[in-house]
Amino acid sequence: MLITCPHCGTRPVEEFIFNGDAAPSRPRKVDSDSAGQWFEYVYLRDNPKGWMDEYAHHSGGCRQWLVVTRNTGTHEVKAAVAVGDYVRGKAKLK
Amino acid sequence: MTGFRLDRGGLIDRTQKLDFSFDGASHSGFAGDTLASALIASGRQLMGRSFKYHRPRGVITAGAAEPNALVELRQGGRKEANTRATMIELYDGLVAQSQNRWPSLDFDMGAITSLASSIFVAGFYYKTFMWPKSFWEKIYEPLIRKAAGLGTASQEADPDRYEKAYSHCELLVIGSGPAGLMAALAGARSGVRVILADEGARLGGSLLFENEEIAGQSGFDWAQAVIAELASMSNVTLMPRTTIFGWFDGNVFGAVERVADHVAIPPHNIPRQRYWRIFAGKAVLAAGAEERPIVFGGNDVPGVMTASAMRHYANRYAVAAGQNIAVFTNNTSGQRTIRDLQSHGLNAFAANIVDVKGRKGVEAAVLSDGSRVHCDAVAMSGGWSPIVSLMCHRGARPVWNDTLSAFLPPDVGPQFVAAGSAAGKFVLSDCLADGAAKGTLKGKVLATPKCRDETFEITPMWWVKQSKGKAFVDYQNDATAKDLPLAAREGYNHIELAKRYTTTGMATDQGKLGNVNAIAILAEATGKSIPEIGTTTFRPFYTPVSFGALAGPFCGQHFQPVRKTPLHEWAEEQGAVFVETGLWMRSAWFPQQGEDWLASASREVLATRSGVGLCDVSTLGKIDVQGKDAGRFLDILYCNTFSTLAVGKARYGLMLREDGIVMDDGTTSRLADDHFVMTTTTANAAKVMSHLEFVHQAHFPELDVTYTSVTEQWAQMAIAGPRARETLNKIIDGAALDDVNTPYMAAREVTILGGMSARLFRISFSGEHAYELAVPADFGGGVARAIMQAGAAFRIVPYGVEALSIMRVEKGHVAGGELNGTTTAGDLGLGKMMSTKKDYIGRMMAGRGGLVDPQRQCVVGIRPLDKKDKLRSGSHLLTRGAKPSLANDQGYITSVAWSPMLKIWLGLALLSHGRTRIGEVVQVYDGLRNQHMLAEICKPAHFDPENARLHV
Repeated sequence: MLITCPHCGTRPVEEFIFNGDAAPSRPRKVDSDSAGQWFEYVYLRDNPKGWMDEYAHHSGGCRQWLVVTRNTGTHEVKAAVAVGDYVRGKAKLK
Repeated sequence: MTGFRLDRGGLIDRTQKLDFSFDGASHSGFAGDTLASALIASGRQLMGRSFKYHRPRGVITAGAAEPNALVELRQGGRKEANTRATMIELYDGLVAQSQNRWPSLDFDMGAITSLASSIFVAGFYYKTFMWPKSFWEKIYEPLIRKAAGLGTASQEADPDRYEKAYSHCELLVIGSGPAGLMAALAGARSGVRVILADEGARLGGSLLFENEEIAGQSGFDWAQAVIAELASMSNVTLMPRTTIFGWFDGNVFGAVERVADHVAIPPHNIPRQRYWRIFAGKAVLAAGAEERPIVFGGNDVPGVMTASAMRHYANRYAVAAGQNIAVFTNNTSGQRTIRDLQSHGLNAFAANIVDVKGRKGVEAAVLSDGSRVHCDAVAMSGGWSPIVSLMCHRGARPVWNDTLSAFLPPDVGPQFVAAGSAAGKFVLSDCLADGAAKGTLKGKVLATPKCRDETFEITPMWWVKQSKGKAFVDYQNDATAKDLPLAAREGYNHIELAKRYTTTGMATDQGKLGNVNAIAILAEATGKSIPEIGTTTFRPFYTPVSFGALAGPFCGQHFQPVRKTPLHEWAEEQGAVFVETGLWMRSAWFPQQGEDWLASASREVLATRSGVGLCDVSTLGKIDVQGKDAGRFLDILYCNTFSTLAVGKARYGLMLREDGIVMDDGTTSRLADDHFVMTTTTANAAKVMSHLEFVHQAHFPELDVTYTSVTEQWAQMAIAGPRARETLNKIIDGAALDDVNTPYMAAREVTILGGMSARLFRISFSGEHAYELAVPADFGGGVARAIMQAGAAFRIVPYGVEALSIMRVEKGHVAGGELNGTTTAGDLGLGKMMSTKKDYIGRMMAGRGGLVDPQRQCVVGIRPLDKKDKLRSGSHLLTRGAKPSLANDQGYITSVAWSPMLKIWLGLALLSHGRTRIGEVVQVYDGLRNQHMLAEICKPAHFDPENARLHV
């Protein structure tokens, strides 16, 4: 399985460490009204069959965090972007 | 009559005689033989004993599917169990042993199980060894394991080398028969990178033994010409002796190349096996088809083999299994065997067999008309199963085809396709055309040469019901035709259940020969169709792969890298005993003559607390954090505040996970407004670094901050004890250290020994007046030696992590035992560190009810009431007098140490409501040793609770 790191090029999957669903955003508020959001952010995850955005750390390469779009059914990898670009893209959608 | 060598023919070199031994007896064969062909030629049909009934067994196949002829190959550390004699290339000096027999292959006591076979039916183990329950582990299981076993592993280390390698190609062709050769040629001529892999020692597949005619020459000659052309092309890699064992994500194929299994000892610098990961743009499965046995009485008697194996041995190895050979076939391919054997002058004839008579060899066959015919070997063909395994490794299921009576490979997309008989093309011209079509990646499809065709027809016939003798479905597991209907009657009618209940299709051959027959018999027993029953799941590995190949070079000292600190050599000079901590080697204690670890560590503690000690703390994680927003960044990472820390000061920090549990702790110092140096625990150094990267890049990318791991760039040592300052003053440049220029928690850049840059931190884990000195890594050893010299007057000692650990337990400082992934800051008695003025990782979740519940177990000190008692980590704490039970459990001891200062065993513990229970006497229960004792709960700081010693 190969992943094309935006910084390093195409590299084997063994160089990466995965860290779960990248879709949830960390809440910015820390007041008691946001407790529900925090609970969702920390604990609730979808478990989709199909395309999913996942955090991946290129720990054996540039040490940058990426978001890899992977099909959980086939393990096909569609894209890998720097996490900053992903977060900015998500912000634009809102 | 047993097997013998034919006078002429075969791809063997009769001028090269090879001597070998089997079960201690000397035999010989020729170059080009396999162990199986050489044994048959030597008249040795009996090669093994069956798994359950210990029945005499001979070879059934001439290839990878062999279930019976499993041997222990080689000796000593090179011994390999369960090796298929059909796949072992003969070499001079080869030594092999039969398996699963006692005392010998010819006279096996285990065969008495055959006499009692009526009780050894499917599910026998489950039915018989149910009770008494206590007998299972001690009596039944060891007995069963001894009686029903395969080969045994060597107890010696394997002296040979194994390698791992990667390869990339546009076209991977698996199998080098007619379809594979055409596919490889088509790909090769279009200029793309082609890998042609075949599990056989010699490329050519079925063309090495079948009589074919292609392009006006023999199939063998045509194959040799194609192989020669492929070998001459720079874009083609030929990989004989290479089994593709698995298909993985991203069209990656796992393969094992048996580089030097065909010689006694691999040549110098040559590995025995090489484990490949092949990245293929497209792959063509041209692995051919497996011939199925027919299920009839005595179909396992040595001398019974598949029809194709029979002609394989005759044509390729010039070996006959017998002189009079009955051929039992349900399809047209059996005729080839009759024709080929007759051409070698053997008496081969068609026969509808009901039972084969004979024990260690075939004596006669009873035919369907009741007559009895003399024969000394039997060839059988129950049809052909395309070798679909690899294409099903990622979850797809094969598809039943009624016309061919076979499962065909599923459509798994254009990246991986089957060709030739693996795709159900059982006629030669179709194989060649299919290979050419599948191997052509671009342009016009390669033209197919003319060839002589034979039609294929089959009349399904799985099971001869009139048989009186045992009729085997799965040879390797001794599963018979009667076991499957029995499993169905007892409710195990799903193929996956029937497999496990009867063991059909398990063990090293994974049912390559027997599975389709088993499915057909189960279908009949349950009144379902074959596709309704379906197959079991195909998984890697296609054939067994040795642990050596999987481990590759990563064994012994190469298993993982060893990290040595810059002070390693210094510690060795001081006589250190080292302990592995992750990858690190840390100095654990520094014994003097006759001291055990406890005596040494105790002496080191006493010397440090009364004078001065030097400890290597270089393994602590060190992260350099710089930038305008460095302070803000640390505020987010730690639950306490760092942006307010004064330049030149250090502060203890506590890092939480986002769920509110403590992740790590350490001291972080501010060297300039925009420059901090963070320390982490040794164990979490890498994790914390990744955490920083994540928090910054994913959550707070707007922060202007950079961070670099500098763990290996700095040697760091603790200098602790009442004489620490005097010691350091001997090496420090300029003004002597005092409480004004270097107060408690100071962090300074200094120079030592006449100009060497260093960082000095007045921090203490031991509880003593102490410093940590960091110097560039390469100077670590020299500086440590200088400090030892400077401290000689104060009787300085080196101390290791054992003494360090004792001192921190005496002081009640938390470490790994308490930072165990279940504790909150409050549990550790550090709740006040949690800021309420800022967001930080873990803040919100740390405030949840369950995490601030006063019932939670929190850190306390513990000491035994009877000073002679020894506390043990992991012991549970109960209210005095309570019986040990889950309901009564109040907590447990996390760390213990013998205190040389207080002369008792001390501990730290996690105890429910702990902080309100100081002074209470609790029951300590050590369930491992069934020991009870009483102990008193106290504050964590056992020694110098006022911290007066920090300032002496």
